[in-house]
Amino acid sequence: MSKYSEILFRPVFKENPIALQMLGICSALAVTSKLYPTLIMCVALTVTVSLSNFFISMIRNITPSNIRIIVQMTIISSLVILVDQALKAYDYETSKTLSVFVGLIITNCIVMGRAEAFAMQNPPGVSFLDGFGNGLGYSVILIILGTIRELFGTGTILEYEIFPLVQNGGWYVPNNFFLLPPVSFILIGLIIWVLRAWQKDQIEEPEFKMSQNSPEIVPNPPPTSSSKVAS
Amino acid sequence: MPKINKDSTLNITLVGVGLCLLCSAIISFIAIQLRSIQENNVVLDMQKKIVSSAGLEKVYGSVENAMSNIKTLIIDLDKGEIVDISPDTYELAKELREDGKYKFLSAEEDVASIKKREKYSKIYIEYKDNKIDTLILPVRGYGLWGILYGYLAIEGDFNTVAGLEFYEHKETPGLGAEIDNPKWKALWKGKKIYQENGEVSLKVIKGSVLESSNNFSYEVDGLSGATLTCNGVSNLIAYWMGNDGFLSFINNLQKVDV
Amino acid sequence: MIENYLNIFINAIFIENLALSVFLGMCTFIAISKKIEAAIGLGIAVIVVLAITVPINNLIYNYILRDGALSWAGLSDVDLSFVGLISYIGVIAACVQILEMFLDKYVPVLYNALGIFLPLITVNCAILGASLFMVEKDLYFGESVAYGLGAGVGWALAITILAGIREKLKYSDMPEGLQGLGSTFIIVGLMSFGFMSFGGIIL
Repeated sequence: MSKYSEILFRPVFKENPIALQMLGICSALAVTSKLYPTLIMCVALTVTVSLSNFFISMIRNITPSNIRIIVQMTIISSLVILVDQALKAYDYETSKTLSVFVGLIITNCIVMGRAEAFAMQNPPGVSFLDGFGNGLGYSVILIILGTIRELFGTGTILEYEIFPLVQNGGWYVPNNFFLLPPVSFILIGLIIWVLRAWQKDQIEEPEFKMSQNSPEIVPNPPPTSSSKVAS
Repeated sequence: MPKINKDSTLNITLVGVGLCLLCSAIISFIAIQLRSIQENNVVLDMQKKIVSSAGLEKVYGSVENAMSNIKTLIIDLDKGEIVDISPDTYELAKELREDGKYKFLSAEEDVASIKKREKYSKIYIEYKDNKIDTLILPVRGYGLWGILYGYLAIEGDFNTVAGLEFYEHKETPGLGAEIDNPKWKALWKGKKIYQENGEVSLKVIKGSVLESSNNFSYEVDGLSGATLTCNGVSNLIAYWMGNDGFLSFINNLQKVDV
Repeated sequence: MIENYLNIFINAIFIENLALSVFLGMCTFIAISKKIEAAIGLGIAVIVVLAITVPINNLIYNYILRDGALSWAGLSDVDLSFVGLISYIGVIAACVQILEMFLDKYVPVLYNALGIFLPLITVNCAILGASLFMVEKDLYFGESVAYGLGAGVGWALAITILAGIREKLKYSDMPEGLQGLGSTFIIVGLMSFGFMSFGGIIL
């Protein structure tokens, strides 16, 4: 059982698709200005990646290797079309807010990445779990972004007023900064900083480390210097 | 059972064709099943916007009730007359692509920066006791980031505004997008459009409108930080309520009681 | 007329920049922007692919998929727009594959330079995104060519600028947690704010 929970939870903190693997960022940025569409997006992506992992894994033994990318794409695209159609039918408002980003789940690197890296080599059950775990990792970051942006941008969470706005007689002057798309980038940068302070093994080696200042100037400094250039 | 060589040509063909057929069948089936619900959603959405632009939801209690008192008509903008075309097949995007159904606007004419104007427009009239109670007209114009699409609702005297609602725009949240703020939308009710000489005077100004001002009925408070969006709103009103817009139609209405 | 195309072209580069305003193609955007040469290479590949796929998808949408498009075949009641997503990505994958084979055979120098990027481009959200936006904006064929080119140039511009900044920042002293990915995100956020200043420009 712990093997399954490991597969399920590893992508949330240790190998978060957005924060470490840099996958699937595109949609994270544009849809997170309110929490509700963000939640719908998370559900859509998690459903897609879990099911696509599942189906791709089911036919992995009969998929010819030279058309495997196309086969994966076909399955993923079909699932996304189904999700898109369902959204248009049952939640039209959100479907308009999310507009092209639901379709872009097809090219969302997480979905293709997990299909190629995991589903092609593992049985359907664990592939489903892996997909679900990655969906969770993605959702965690998106929900944090969505909550912060909606809370500080409009003082609400899921449209319920948390900070009463000055316009409505309260004290909170909404910080419109947070409603603008670029702020998601900055927030993700800060989240990554926090994450790496906690999980030190995710820190990247700098390409060029500066040498330390020497306390006195020595005419012929020893050949071994403290500066390292990582290759 | 013989081992299937998964890279053989036969297998490639089988898997390829089989997968395509299976996926197409499933997608098509679901799409067809959901189509009527989706079309319904689009229609309902449009109706909600039309009704809310005139504030009729409160008057009638529900969008459905309001819509039963609203007639949809196609009018010829140049002549200002109702034409006998079914409104069900009318689509603005299609009209702007079909030859003969639109005209390009010259730089002086194009006050609202919309580049093309359609020949026929789909408007909505709310009747009360067989008289025109509200005119709901589709208007559009360029804001800051894109074209603002909305409905301007006018009361039965054809000069007082009942409401202005934008249903589609790309304006900056918190700045230009405050055109959706109910408090700002409420400012429009009761404002007048035309002066005695028939000139369009209604516009958004910079800053707040003073109660004592001469032009109080013709001005609406500006949105701070959203100058270009507000200019866009003023421009689109000037265009659509002027000669090239609905003016001929309104003049004709005032002559005859429809 | 030319004004219209120019407007769409400039609009796609600065005001609706695929990378900095709509944030498409981020994965490769961040991964490849470590060196300027690599960034320019990828940028050029993106321009070429977009300039080819957006017009082709436009033709497919207008003559096969949209509501009533098949009237030239006598089937005017058919609305195939729901198949759009699969057909656009199919066209993109096919175009990239053909481009790769063409370059390999006839322009091997370019093929070696662009080498690894071409397969990366198929799954680049920006490529599919540009086609989807083209459908949403309902462009004519000529306009879609202008849009495809502009979108490509905009994306290439953004990634080159980012690569330049990152190369300079290589030598700076940063908090460990921010190194690499963290700082890149913050830089892109600031660039994106900068590009917002282009709003409201109409030619």
